[in-house]
Amino acid sequence: MNLENRIVVTGMGCITPLGHDLETLWSNLIAGRCGIAQIDRFDAGTFPSTFAAQVREYDFRRYVADPAMHEHAGFNSQFALGAARQAWVQAKLGELDGMDRSRVGVYLGAGEGMLDFDNYARTDIESWDDAAGAIDSTRWTEAAKRRLDAWGEIEQEPNMPASHIAREYGIRGPVYNCLTACAASTQAIGEASDILRRGDAEVMVAGGTHTMIHVLGLTGFNRLTALSTRNDDIKTSSRPFSRSRDGFVLGEGSGIVILETLDHALSRGARPLAEITGYGSSADAFRITDMHPAARGPAEAMLQALAQAGIDPRALDKSGRPLVHYISAHGTSTVENDAMETLAIKAVFRENATKIPVSSIKSMLGHLIAAAGAVEFIACVLALHHQIIPPTTNLTDPEPELDLDYVPNEARPIELDTCLSNSFGFGGQNDTLIIRSYRR
Amino acid sequence: MSCPAVITGLGPITAFGVGIDPLWSAMLAGRSAIKRIEAFDPGGFDCQIAAEMPPDLFNVKKVVPKSYRKATKVMCRDIELAVGAAAAAVEDAGLVTKASEGEAEPTIDPARFGCHIGAGLIASDINELAAALMTSRTDDGRFDLGHWGAHGMENLTPLWLLKYLPNMLACHVTIVHDCRGPSNTITCCEASSALSLGESMRVIERGAADACLSGGAEYKLNPMALLRQQFAGRLARTNGEEDPSKVVRPFDSRACGTVIGEGGGILVIESREVAERRGARPYAQVIGFAATQSHCPDTVGLSIPAADESLTNAVRLALDHAGLAPGDVDGLVPFGSSIPAIDAAEAHAIRTVFGDRAASLPLVTTIPNVGNCAAGNGAIGLSVAAKALREQRLPARLHTEDAEGLDANAGPARDADLKHMLILTTSQGGQNAAVVLKGL
Repeated sequence: MNLENRIVVTGMGCITPLGHDLETLWSNLIAGRCGIAQIDRFDAGTFPSTFAAQVREYDFRRYVADPAMHEHAGFNSQFALGAARQAWVQAKLGELDGMDRSRVGVYLGAGEGMLDFDNYARTDIESWDDAAGAIDSTRWTEAAKRRLDAWGEIEQEPNMPASHIAREYGIRGPVYNCLTACAASTQAIGEASDILRRGDAEVMVAGGTHTMIHVLGLTGFNRLTALSTRNDDIKTSSRPFSRSRDGFVLGEGSGIVILETLDHALSRGARPLAEITGYGSSADAFRITDMHPAARGPAEAMLQALAQAGIDPRALDKSGRPLVHYISAHGTSTVENDAMETLAIKAVFRENATKIPVSSIKSMLGHLIAAAGAVEFIACVLALHHQIIPPTTNLTDPEPELDLDYVPNEARPIELDTCLSNSFGFGGQNDTLIIRSYRR
Repeated sequence: MSCPAVITGLGPITAFGVGIDPLWSAMLAGRSAIKRIEAFDPGGFDCQIAAEMPPDLFNVKKVVPKSYRKATKVMCRDIELAVGAAAAAVEDAGLVTKASEGEAEPTIDPARFGCHIGAGLIASDINELAAALMTSRTDDGRFDLGHWGAHGMENLTPLWLLKYLPNMLACHVTIVHDCRGPSNTITCCEASSALSLGESMRVIERGAADACLSGGAEYKLNPMALLRQQFAGRLARTNGEEDPSKVVRPFDSRACGTVIGEGGGILVIESREVAERRGARPYAQVIGFAATQSHCPDTVGLSIPAADESLTNAVRLALDHAGLAPGDVDGLVPFGSSIPAIDAAEAHAIRTVFGDRAASLPLVTTIPNVGNCAAGNGAIGLSVAAKALREQRLPARLHTEDAEGLDANAGPARDADLKHMLILTTSQGGQNAAVVLKGL
């Protein structure tokens, strides 16, 4: 494959519940630490789920050249700016004089911003007409104009983080934002790779950012019964693949990577951290809530990615190992996902499935929704660097039918050079990436 | 280009109805659907007019299989529009899908059928949410979050969140038509449809799909969404003073802001080879596409500078991609928002690229007719451009009287020799896209 078709990672950054830089995140993941605690952004004490994995003690202002430029940034933009700075610096892009900014683009999977719930609720109360059993829209409008902040409302548009990043770095090339729920940032990285391969850009800032740790986010997911309600044992609430798993735990944050063609990276002396060798994308097209019972969508995404990477899922290498050494699972800790993902892995890898370690770092970080894929991608690159894979924590009561090697509880040093990362979204989008150690 | 992409079906949905025929008739006749908002009392807004679809023109229950009617209960209006548009596009393309009555095999293999539907920040229905919030109102008119968490939220339907997620437009469409290929939801405000088309084109060109349902839809006709547009300073002030149908006048010196419309569209984008094999008659080939990011001094891109290079670059790059010179373009569909600063930026880009020819290059504007449909806008422009190429006719143009250096003034429909059309857009957030179509 020529150098223009090979896509490498040259920088990474993260803002997460377990660290605001790669080293801190990694050491916490390997130690099996938990970022989940009582929600303190608002009083969630009476909600079915009272806990989440919040980003703590984070001030985005140290990550931008001029904070005033990002005066109105909401949480999503703030997280993304911090992660993007780390990635930009690691990729040494700041040192590039005269880099043609029209050849630099952005592709994020960023979520909707956070509503100002207090003022929204007050606006509704002020304008509710009891007799009519409805909002009086004239009174609502007058109250909303008074109570809601214009910039706060504008900042909720999902393309805002991408626009903030573009502004910070003077980016003028292709800029996209996608919002395929939990698959979004994996999809963003995959599509960014395609844009590079086509020559529509030379550098892409890719990844995701999201928080749904707010009143309506918690409400919405609790109404769907998607969240764990293990309020009496918060630290073990996220227990992917466990028999007693009862739903996912909300997390928040951002993961950003810098992607380039290998040709571009080498020609400017950048050091490739890893290579993206495969990307697959599919839709379940089944139901709005349930996954297809044969997990056909996730299996298809994995098969596409493996095919692009030239990997036969049923083959073994000379030492008798499958060609994929680690699967970073979507692994949300919902009853359905973990079962379906296991089924999909078996459908794809067949007799090799039980030979491939599979773990879910959502056991420690919670579910970063649109940002999950990017952070999990970063964890794969770190695993390749450190030759150790992070565990699935809280796996003390396995379910008999879920019989893969989920790397229970302890990180595991192994030789690895090829990872597969899955993200499956509410709404049926499925995306998979294959990440490999860089070799010439 | 590995797999050239052609447009084989048009499915716009606007205040004039569903499908290309009602839109095209209205465009030829120079009709505007803009009038005083009826969906709610717009009295508190600076802009009290919009293009709304009369309720009797479209019923989503009639365009889905009987077995899917129950699912329409969890569709916000944006989703309904996308589902209606998809049905029209599929019919116009002569495709058999899972939604078709009868036993015929689907024309496109589901695994090779993609879906890229742009969407916006969807505001949840005010009354639906307020009715539930009111159950947690205290006697002295405050909101009791503790009560909400324990009891109040149970008054929200369990699937409430799924009604308003932007990716649910694509989710429902993929289920109805059994699209299991790559599916994405781009959320870049008014650039969403054009960026979606670009992605559909890339997906087909890289061989990952034979056909895609591509476009976008948005419904901002509720107080929250309209207020956000007012906060963003984009809306024309009307206060009921002028003939509402004359307020939108793109590129006119009296342009004073845009007006929202309800709508969007889906196009069927197909591999040329597949289209030819099944005997389809494509409207046009997508021969050029480019995406760029403008410099936004305000960071969030409420407007872009008049002399912005990136918008000009988008046009140039798309023409380069198409292998065309500016002189080869026969008609141009701009964003044409009637927002003065954005009109100025578009005018600058057009004059810069086309030079002296700009004064005689016909512009096709749609916002005076059907309003600014935000994430749905580009799909409307693309549909009209494709239809113009088929009919060799330019639609009438409305309202503008003193456009400088541009062929944008009001005038009747006329025959024209059209080989290549260029569709251009910018967006709130600064994302730009340009598409070049060649009539077939």
